[in-house]
Amino acid sequence: MPYAIEVTDVKKTFSGKQEVRALDGVSFNVEEGTVFGLLGPNGSGKTTAVRILTTILKADSGSALVLGHDVAKQADLVRSLIGLAGQYAAVDENLTGRENLAMVGRLNHLPKSYVAGRAKELLDQFDLADSGNRALKTYSGGMRRRLDLAAALVARPTVLFLDEPTTGLDPQSRNDMWEVIESLVGEGTTVLLTTQYLEEADRLANTLSVLDHGRVIAEGTPAKLKSDLGATVLEVGLHDNDDVARTASLLNAIGPHHPNVNGRVVDVTVDKGPVDAMEALRSLDQAGITPTTFTLREPSLDDAFLALTGHRTEGGDGEDGSEAKGSGGTRDRAGQPESTPIPVGGNR
Amino acid sequence: MTTTISIPTVTGAPLATGVGARVRWAISDTLTVTKRNLIAITRIPEALFFATVQPIMFVLLFRYVFGGAIHPGHGINYVNYLMPGIFVQTVAFGAIQTSIGLAEDLQKGLIERFRALPMARSAVLAGRTTADLCRNVMVVIVMTGVGFLVGYRPTTGVLPYLAGIGLILLFAYALSWGFALIGLSAPNSETAQVMSFPLLFPLTFASSAFVPLAAMPSWLRGFATYQPVSVVVTACRSLMLGGPTSHWVFQAVAWTVGLLIVLPPLAVWRYRTRT
Repeated sequence: MPYAIEVTDVKKTFSGKQEVRALDGVSFNVEEGTVFGLLGPNGSGKTTAVRILTTILKADSGSALVLGHDVAKQADLVRSLIGLAGQYAAVDENLTGRENLAMVGRLNHLPKSYVAGRAKELLDQFDLADSGNRALKTYSGGMRRRLDLAAALVARPTVLFLDEPTTGLDPQSRNDMWEVIESLVGEGTTVLLTTQYLEEADRLANTLSVLDHGRVIAEGTPAKLKSDLGATVLEVGLHDNDDVARTASLLNAIGPHHPNVNGRVVDVTVDKGPVDAMEALRSLDQAGITPTTFTLREPSLDDAFLALTGHRTEGGDGEDGSEAKGSGGTRDRAGQPESTPIPVGGNR
Repeated sequence: MTTTISIPTVTGAPLATGVGARVRWAISDTLTVTKRNLIAITRIPEALFFATVQPIMFVLLFRYVFGGAIHPGHGINYVNYLMPGIFVQTVAFGAIQTSIGLAEDLQKGLIERFRALPMARSAVLAGRTTADLCRNVMVVIVMTGVGFLVGYRPTTGVLPYLAGIGLILLFAYALSWGFALIGLSAPNSETAQVMSFPLLFPLTFASSAFVPLAAMPSWLRGFATYQPVSVVVTACRSLMLGGPTSHWVFQAVAWTVGLLIVLPPLAVWRYRTRT
């Protein structure tokens, strides 16, 4: 299958008060008609990669092709084929939704009559028909984000770039957004999305690359990443400090993996989830130990990320090349597993 | 549409291949951005209101508070001396809006979107400065009305008056490009505003806009005589009130054209390279 996006050894350093190596030799390919996820924490280089691919920024070295066209040398051609919906809802809040779409359509040099029809179509599709004639100032965050995405679609791009499409959205709006993105892929659009939400990458992306400090540290399908990074984790919480060491040695006996102790929580990787869990329960019972929590947890992408980088996905300080505009949305991490978070000591 | 343009039926934006199509699209892009900026002006009526009130305050302040103490000489009454100066000062201060507007567009990420569109690189700036030119047309019309209310009486007739207004508008347009450069260099809109004042104050107040140059110390007079705001003010005064015209008008046009040769390419370069 031909590639819609080919990135080969792209490097980008920002000079400033301190030099920041935003991309340190990044390569990846995206097949046509698929969703590709760039997953990583703030400052890992995701936005820089998108800005290079959308011709906004020039790479220091390496090559980046969109539909076979070099983004640096054939920028105008690339711009006519792509759509970009940004992290910061880049729409004009003084204009109405319809006016915003019309403006983007006209700047894509589409005929006026076509643009008017397309704007109506998109407003309907994105559930904005009622608010199409209101200034964006009156829109909610979710509506604004949908309009931003609609604006990126006015010219029916072949390749769509979504830079953190749901950052800062409430769960309901995020879900709506996911459905919209899924429907686009059904229409054959190639999508590259960046996200720091593991759940989002898991749900939307066919393949993904994990970025950390400007390098690809893992790639593949979400399923492959999960299976590469190990099996199910059994986690036992205890009431009494005295039970911790005994529990650790009991859990050590059920399989080849060594348990980790974090305070009064002991966890161990298990190969035969439920079977091992039953054995663990039996031996705890025989030893007279009653756990306060007993969790069998499928590996999440978060575990994968932790295993790959040694830190969770919340790190970073906006060294992404983009100014630190609005970081409010980064706190609600949808990708976190429900169970007790394991401190960094749980590094396997 | 000519054969150089193809509109795809399925996906993507049409592509320009010829120079003609590129020029036509640069113009249409500029008009699209101009329209967007003009709509935005009408959507914030408060901003428009206070943008009009401020120059009126200046007129009243200088006409009635300071004016009594300033004697321009040559048999010209102060209100006639003042108004051409107020016109130029108003449009010069108005140029701050260009820098604030662009800094805001940068800050809000709108320019990111524009840069990923197949539009002309100059259109964002040209659209902004053109919208500001339209706003300035409104401003000079209002200011003319206010001037007449406080006793301003140009003496040379309609055509020279309109020539003076035209000169002011052209000068304001050139200044806008300079302030576009400031807006593109500022980290945010507040800073863009603050960065604009150190440039504007000496230009507008160390000039012949409000007070005769004869009252200034000699070390300042040299600058104040030949700097562009003074030159444009003096040219307008001679157009609107009579006096030796051609010398000052020539200098004013030279300044304006010079700024228009230097500033737009610089601003577009800044737009392209700002990351």
